[in-house]
Parts: sequence; C-alpha cells; structure tokens
Amino acid sequence: MPLYLALTSVSALLAVGVYAIVDRRNHDVSRNVYRLCIGLCGVIFLAAVMPRGAHVVSTTLPLGLPWIGMHFRIDVLTAFFLAVVNLGGAAASAYAIGYGAHEKEPMRVLPFYPAFLAGMNLVVLADDAFTFLVAWEFMSLASWALVLTHHHEEENRRAGFVYLLMASFGGFALLMAFGVLGGVGGAYDFASIRESTKAGWTSGLVLALALIGMGSKAGLAPLHIWLPLAHPAAPSHVSALMSGVMTKVAVYGFIRVVFDLLGPPAFWWSVEPMTFGAASALIGVLFATIQSDLKKLLAYSTIENIGVIFIALGLALAFKANGMALPAALAFTAALFHVFNHSLFKSLLFFGAGAVLNASGERSIERLGGLIHAMPKTAFLFLGGCVAIAALPPLNGFVSEWLVFQAILLSPALPQWTVKLLVPAVGVALALSAALGAGCYIRAYGVAFLGRPRSEAARRAHDPDRWSLGAMAVLLTLCLIAGLLPSLLIDTISPVAKDFVGARMPTQAELSWLSIAPIAESRSSYNGLLVFLFILFSAYSARWVIHKFGATRSRRAPAWDCGYIEASPMTQYTGSSFAQPIRRTLGVIAFSVQERLDMPAPGDTRAARLSVDIKDRIFDYLYAPLTRAVESCAERLNVLSLMTIQEYLALVFAALVFLLVLVAI
Amino acid sequence: MTLLFNLMAQSLQMLLVLALAPLLIGFVRKLKARLLRRTGPPIIQPWLDLIRLLRKEVVLADNASWLYRAAPYLIFAMIWVAASLVPTFATGLTFSWSADLIAIIALLGSARFFLALAGMDIGTSFGGIGSSREAMFGSLAEPAMMMIVFTVSFVAGTTQLSEIAAYMAGNLELRASVGMALVALLIVAIAENGRIPVDNPATHLELTMVHEAMVLEYSGRYLALIELASALKLLLYLSLIACVFFPVGLASHDAGVEAMMIGLCAYILKLAIGGGALALFETSTAKMRIFRVPDFLGAGLMLGLLATLLVFVTRSL
Repeated sequence: MPLYLALTSVSALLAVGVYAIVDRRNHDVSRNVYRLCIGLCGVIFLAAVMPRGAHVVSTTLPLGLPWIGMHFRIDVLTAFFLAVVNLGGAAASAYAIGYGAHEKEPMRVLPFYPAFLAGMNLVVLADDAFTFLVAWEFMSLASWALVLTHHHEEENRRAGFVYLLMASFGGFALLMAFGVLGGVGGAYDFASIRESTKAGWTSGLVLALALIGMGSKAGLAPLHIWLPLAHPAAPSHVSALMSGVMTKVAVYGFIRVVFDLLGPPAFWWSVEPMTFGAASALIGVLFATIQSDLKKLLAYSTIENIGVIFIALGLALAFKANGMALPAALAFTAALFHVFNHSLFKSLLFFGAGAVLNASGERSIERLGGLIHAMPKTAFLFLGGCVAIAALPPLNGFVSEWLVFQAILLSPALPQWTVKLLVPAVGVALALSAALGAGCYIRAYGVAFLGRPRSEAARRAHDPDRWSLGAMAVLLTLCLIAGLLPSLLIDTISPVAKDFVGARMPTQAELSWLSIAPIAESRSSYNGLLVFLFILFSAYSARWVIHKFGATRSRRAPAWDCGYIEASPMTQYTGSSFAQPIRRTLGVIAFSVQERLDMPAPGDTRAARLSVDIKDRIFDYLYAPLTRAVESCAERLNVLSLMTIQEYLALVFAALVFLLVLVAI
Repeated sequence: MTLLFNLMAQSLQMLLVLALAPLLIGFVRKLKARLLRRTGPPIIQPWLDLIRLLRKEVVLADNASWLYRAAPYLIFAMIWVAASLVPTFATGLTFSWSADLIAIIALLGSARFFLALAGMDIGTSFGGIGSSREAMFGSLAEPAMMMIVFTVSFVAGTTQLSEIAAYMAGNLELRASVGMALVALLIVAIAENGRIPVDNPATHLELTMVHEAMVLEYSGRYLALIELASALKLLLYLSLIACVFFPVGLASHDAGVEAMMIGLCAYILKLAIGGGALALFETSTAKMRIFRVPDFLGAGLMLGLLATLLVFVTRSL
C-alpha cells in the first residue's frame, strides 16, 4: 500500500510537469504547480512514515527493459530518505509559491521542478540497477535544466557545462560499479546482487567506483568543483533542493551500495570515506569562509557537511567490520541524524538567501548590511539557521556533531593501526571544520544582516511574502525540535541502524528527562531541552534582577566608536577583511593566495591598490592537467577521423580481435 | 530529602560561581598591582564596578538592533550555565549529566558566536576588527580544546566531567599525555580569556585589542552582564583545570556536608593558586603581535594532537 501510494504520487509529479507545459498561458500555473507539489510530497512523506505492515514492501512493474521490469521497494532506509526528500520538497514548494512569482521565465522552471522531485524519489525507491541508473540520470538532467534557468548569464552556462560533465562522469562510474556488482551473469536486481558472493577485488573496485559516482553528486572533495558553481546558479528554492536534498540522495546511494549490496565490510573500506570526508570538511569550510557570494558560501558549506556525513559513515564501516555493533550503530545514527539536520537548515538558509536576493537584488554580502532592520523576520529565521548549522547548542546541528565526536571517542578499541591513527587526524579535521564553520557563519550573518546598509538596495529591502516566511519558520521549528528532543529522532533512526549495521543505539525514550546517552549515562550524555531551559531561566532571572534592582533607562545616541566621528558605512568591516586573518593562518590548507600591493611612490597621488588572487589548488593541480591531457589526446586522435573506409574496417577488425582475446583470457 | 539536598548543592554551586567570579578578577588585579609595587584596588572592586554599572543608564547606538540588546543576556546565561556544570567543590551534582565536556565547550562557542555578532551589529570598524580576530582565535582554540577533550576522555573513558574528575582522583599517576594536555589547556585558557600575551584585559584604546573591541559600544547593565560573563569564563577555565588535573579534595555528591565544606575550601585554595599563577605569568610576559597568536594557539593544537596520539599508542601496547 505505501509503495503504490508513493509510486502513484511520483507519476502524478511527472504529470504535474506535463500540466505545467500544457497550461503555460494560465497566470496561476506557477502557484498551481507548487501547490500540487506540496500535496504530492506530503502524500509520499505520509507513505514513508505510515506503518507498512511488512518490514519490506516491494513490487515489480512491467516497465523499462522487457522481461526484467522495474523493481521498487520500501525498507527502513528508503522510508527514512523518502521522508527527508519529501520534507525538503514540500518546504521548497511552499517557499516557491511566493518566491516563484518573481521568476521572469517560469517555463524554464515549472516543467522541470516536479520532474526533479520525481527523479529524486525514484532513485530512493529503485530496487534494481537499471531503475536506479535511469532515475539517477533523470534526476541529474532535470536538475541540470534547472541550473540553466537563467541561461543568459555566461557564468550560469559555464556552471551548467561543468555540472553536466561531472554528472556524466559520475554516472559512468556508477554504471561500471553496477556492472561489476551484477557480474557476468547480469543479475541486476538488488535482491540477487545482495545474495551473490563477491571476490575481494570486486568489493574494492565497487567501493571506489561508488565513492566516485555518489561522491561526485554529493560534492565530496576533490569531485566537488561543480557544486559551488551549479547550486547557486539555480533559483533559490531549487538551490535549496539541490544542496539540502539531492546531496542526501547521493548519500543514500552510497549507503545502499556499500552497507547493503556489498555485503559485510572489511576494515579498509572505512579509509576512503573518512579521508575524503575529512578533506571535504576542511576544504569546504575554508572556501565558504572566504566567499562573498552568499549562495556560493552556502554551497561550499554543503561540501563541509557532506564531509561530516562521510566521516561518520566511514567510522560506521570501521566499527562494523570489526564486529563492534554498538559503536557502529552510534556512528551510523550520527550520519543519518546529520543528513536530516543538514536537509533542514541548508534549505532554510538557501530560502533566506533567496529572500535577500529577491529583496535587494544582491548576492554579494559586501554590498549588503543592516538587513536586520530592513527584513527583521527573515533576519531572525536566518539567524536560527546559522546557529543550527554552526553546530551550537541548543539547536540540532550540535547534536549530530556531538554524536560523531562520541563515535570518534570509541575508536581506540579498533584493532587496526591504519584506522587507529587515521581517526584522531579525522577528529582534528572535524573539530577544525566545526570551529571554522562557526566563524564562517558569524561572518556571513554579521556582514549581511548586521551593521549599517552598504547600498541603497540593502536599505530598501523588505521581508518576503507569507508563504516564504512560513516555509522558513517551519524548518526552524523542526531544527529546534530536533535539537531539544533528539531522543525522538534517534529512536526513529534506530531501526535503520539495526538493519544496516546490525545493532541499534539504546532506546533513548526510556532515559529520564529526555536526555540522550549513546552508550551509557556514565560515559556521556546530553540533554538539549534541559540546557535550553537552563539558559532561558538564567537569562530571565538576570533580567528580573536587573529590572528589579538596577536602572532600566536607555537612551539612543550616535555610536561611540572610540570617539571617531561616524564615518560612511563603507568603512565597516567587510567580508573579505573579516576573513583575512583566517585566510592567512589556515588558508594554506586549501588554496594558494597571492597578494599584490601596488603602492605609489611618495608624491604620486594615485590610489594604492591591493589585489588578492585566490586559486583553488585542486583545480590547478588536478583538473587543469586533466583537461590539457584530454585536449591533447583529442588532438592526436583527430587523425582517426580522416581515414579511408578500408582503414576504418581494419581498425574495427583489430578492435574486435583485441576484445575477443581479452574475453578469452 | 536527598533530592532536596542535591538541588540545594546545585543551586549553591550556581550562586557560588557567580559570587566568586568577580572576586577572582579582583584578586588577580590586586596581585598584579602588588607585583608592580602598586597598592591596587580592593579585591571586591569588580563587584562594586558591576553594581555601579547596573545603576547607570544605557546609551544605545542609533543603529543597535534587538540582537544587540538580547546578546548580553544570552552570553551571560550561556556562560553561567556552562560554569555551573563544571564541578567546583563536588562532583555529580543533580544536573551535571545534562551536558558533558563537549557540550560545555560548545556552550562557550555559542556565547562566542553571539558576542562576535554583537560586535558587528553597530557597524563600526572597531567592532568588526574584534569579531574577526575572535573568530580566528576561536577557530584555533576550539579544535585545540577538542584535542584536550579527546586525550582526557580516552584516558578516563568518558566525557562526563564528574566521572573524569572521579577517575583522575582515583588514578593519581604521572602520564606524559595528560601533562601535554594540561599545557595545551593552559594555552587555550589564556587565549580564550583574552589574557596577556594574547590580549590585554586592561587596554581600552589600542589597535591590537580583541575582546574590548567587540564590547566597545556596550554600556550600563549590558556592559555589566558582559563583564560578569567574562569573569565567569575565567573562573570556568580555572575550575576546569582544577577538576580535571588536580581533583584533590573534590567531594562526591552524596558525601555529606562535611566533605562538601572541605571541597569548598580546597576549591577556593585552588582558585587562589590559579589566580596567583596567572598574575605572576601576566606580569612577566609582554603581549605578542596579533599574527603571532596563531602560532601560539597552533602550538596548543599540536600539543593536544600529540597527547591524543600518545594515548592511542600507549593504550594499545
């Protein structure tokens, strides 16, 4: 029943896309499409959370390849990710009811938006390699079309090109991964893959391919270069979906292949996810810290959060491989908790950035400022999102990070030296990225929303409509609930952990005072609700004492500023000046910076100039040589296109013989 | 009855840290003055200053938003809660399990977050300079602190402060890793509290200042709250060092009144020793350049990491 409900809703989503094309002359088409999307996402969300009767529900539809059909299935993991996808989808659609009205070319968004939602749902529901890959490519193409919504801008066209390139590369890696998994026999439904026995080298190869394929979609460094280009190029509600939700679909794919299809793990499987996860966390947050484009900043911070998720997944693999089921469950739960959290606050922040973009026409924080006065409601909601994503208690980002740290603290019991020495290094990277993340959001919020407006547009900005504010408010409320009552969410994730790593965390709802304790209360516990109430109580009692015994008068006056006369708003600290100390001290990890100072000689009246050139090391040392190599190969192979027919036939024959020999061996 | 007694002990701790924090500042100031052959203000001077500030009217900058007015209460509340969760005279108080060491550090991180935002709210360059530097210090000090947490909790097998203190009290032995963690913690504590050589708490108009630059625009009761919060933060770090590395005399929560009194005396003695050491250290060094601070904090981070690795290695041999 839930499966059919979900599948019907997915086909309805596809139909909504068609409706958008048919009814394109109607003024209300945009509203109608988004309303329908909310409804359908809501239905799929219900289908995911409703009791399923059986533990696993599956079906085969006579579509796609003849004799094979398309397999679909809902198990606990699918249900969890369906809930995440559709929660994000419904929020984005609600936001878009207001936001989408400002779209100049709605026909470049409306048909593809429901298709994109449907594609993400299908990936999660798929139960054979064929369906999975078709849905995966469908999702990629739909999102690519959405990235090209504002195709008049040169920058967006480039983003679309890079995205398409990386998506096809990732899709190719996945094709190979499933090819190896399916084996020579070609059993491509997941049930047969799960039961087949895999040789040692196969699992290593599949792991690497899955990491490339899923990682390139999730934005794992060094495959992340498309993400900060493509995510911000799309309209903001689509950016929210791509960053908050589509990256989670890629995480789902990784979990499905590595934790489920590949069978029992070996300890060295954990090395790759942890290493690349740690690299992503650091690179992502450092680049986020120096961005002045608000949406790019959020996109880079997605890379950081994906890194955190992969670190937790790597830890879960290491524990699972060594038969330490309980720590594995802790790390796995931490990963899924962070998946849920990130989908909430990243969507919220992208919505906020969209509202700012709409109200002021500015994406660069350097020309904003003082928005807390001009858009008070958005400013409050955005602040909530910043606190959540900066992993500060009492909101939810802290809880998942705390769980990851607790998992790291259990690692000395691991027997292998490789993992043993890797984990503390990963721990430093995680701690650094958490601290830098907080600094990054102080900068983003402080420069854009606080201080004095740096432009007329920022002064004139105003809050968005009720739908947009409502979507943000709902997401912030969910962040608060997940932060104050994490036990609810942990107990929801526990069945997934039970199925995929073989154990579950102790039932948290049984603990007193709604606190959470991953292993035992004597080892570690945290109670978000109590901490929150404590803070409120202390703040209010301080306020009460002051108002009872102290002075309550206050007076407005010009800023003191050490006695300097109020200067122009342009003298405020800018985003780049804020980031300069961090760039100088820690930037070397991720990028190379060249500062050039052009100081005129004494007597010369021209202005001095400081120019800063920041280069992405990964782009320079990995992608640039790769591009050159591909180009020179293409240049050399060009002769092949000028051959005669006989030469062609000879070439085909030679290739055929070579391949046959290969198969024979 | 037990619950009532426990609750009383917990509230006593909350009030104790609140009362002692400004006195600790006064004590350090007095000692520093004596070391410089000055008489110095009386030890209760910080309390007198706070009361004076509370009675003064607040002058708000024209551009100040609600965040600017709410931040002092939030910062004070977060640091006060964090300080009350660190065992001072007794371990295992009623609410001590509501946040472990990681959560306490994160609470301080939250306070830093709001303080840095408040610094940027008015839109002056002094506020921005302070916030920017605070963010840089924080991004090095917090990971260093996490490494210390790793070391200590690998040794003690828990992140609950009360349990750590109990373990350390029960296993008094010299460990290289714990020693390194202690040095790292001292470095972090100096940086986090803006003491010399990282920042000078006595300056008010100097381009190298950090904390004072962020709170430059605050006045009246808001300034009082922020001053009280920073005093509490210093007390918190001293309590943390005392309870993890020198858990002598700490009473257990069910040990009865007598043990608690001993714990209290031991705690005040420890604070006096810590404050004395701080005053001595501060009078014997000079403030360093701002871009030397990352090296200083980086040393703390590396020491913490080394300590962690050392525990890893020695544990499994």
